[in-house]
Order: sequence, then C-alpha cells, then structure tokens
Amino acid sequence: MKVGTVVGTVVSTVQAPILDGHRLLLCDIQDLSGRPDGYTIAIDVVDAGVGDTVLILDEGSSARQILGRDWGAIRAVVVGIVDELVVDDEMRKVV
Amino acid sequence: MQLGRVMGSVVASEKAAGLEGVRFLIVQPLNKKQQPVGGTVVAADALSMAGLGELIYFVASREAAEAMQERFVPVDHAIVGIVDQVHLMEEE
Repeated sequence: MKVGTVVGTVVSTVQAPILDGHRLLLCDIQDLSGRPDGYTIAIDVVDAGVGDTVLILDEGSSARQILGRDWGAIRAVVVGIVDELVVDDEMRKVV
Repeated sequence: MQLGRVMGSVVASEKAAGLEGVRFLIVQPLNKKQQPVGGTVVAADALSMAGLGELIYFVASREAAEAMQERFVPVDHAIVGIVDQVHLMEEE
C-alpha cells in the first residue's frame, strides 16, 4: 500500500461496468519523505475527500476482493484515511 | 489508473487469439494536469467507444487484460473510461 493525498476527482459516464457507482479520486502518491511520487486514479470505498491523506492499495486481486468481485479491471483503491503518520520517530503533519 | 489522450489508432489483421474485434488506440499518458508524460502506448479500447483526441483513463498491467470481454487475453494497457470532467485541487 502507498500513502497519498487526494487532490481531485474524475467524473465519467462511459466506463467499464465494474466502475459503475464508484467515485474516482485523483491521488498524489508520496514517498517516505513526503515528496510527490506520481499519481493514480483510485476507487473510493471510505468516503475520502479532496485534501485527505489516504492509504492507497495498488494491487489488483486485493482490490477485487474489497469490491467482492473475482474479475474486473480495477487496481487502485483508497482503503483508509490517515490520522497520523510517524516516520523515523518523527510525527508527520497530516492534513 | 492514469489519464491519457487518444492520439491515433492501430489496425492489425493478424492478431493473437482472443483479440479479434478489439480496437487498438495510440494513447499518450498524461500527468494530473493533463500534460504529456513519457512515450505513447498502444491500448485496447475496452469500451469500444473512445475516439480520437478524447481524454480517457486507462489501466495497465494484468488488470488491463481483465477489462476485456474475453478472459486472459494478451493486453497490457486498456482504456476503461472516457473522462467527462477532472476536478483538481488548486496548488498553493
């Protein structure tokens, strides 16, 4: 899993059926030092909002397990909203 | 999943089994500000609806094959959505 920040949302009407009814969040991915390390578009299952620091699962079969599906083109899922982040005994500020 | 822009199409009559009837489009991956990043890829159009110049999002690796109707096809990038709107938080 990766730590990231929700920076936006993506809206689409024409999409793969497995994505129907799910919010898509545009998330910046951060490395250990808090620097941005690319982005991903992830499905939201925890009602995260723009600005939240989140936990992003980026692995297909776990993603499908969360949605209760055994087949489908999903990979990145926002699975948690981060309250606190400690790196090297140092508390990182979480927005 | 990543944002991308459809730049063109690829036509091939000789294809691996399972790819019959699948549309292939040339996609330029984009960053979150919709600027081009990296080289273009050939992606299968899982929706059969994406058109030239459209802003789409695609899935890569094994999950791309799972976007297709037929199971376990040799596909590594697949278009899974046509973007209506991207809302991006303004950076400080």
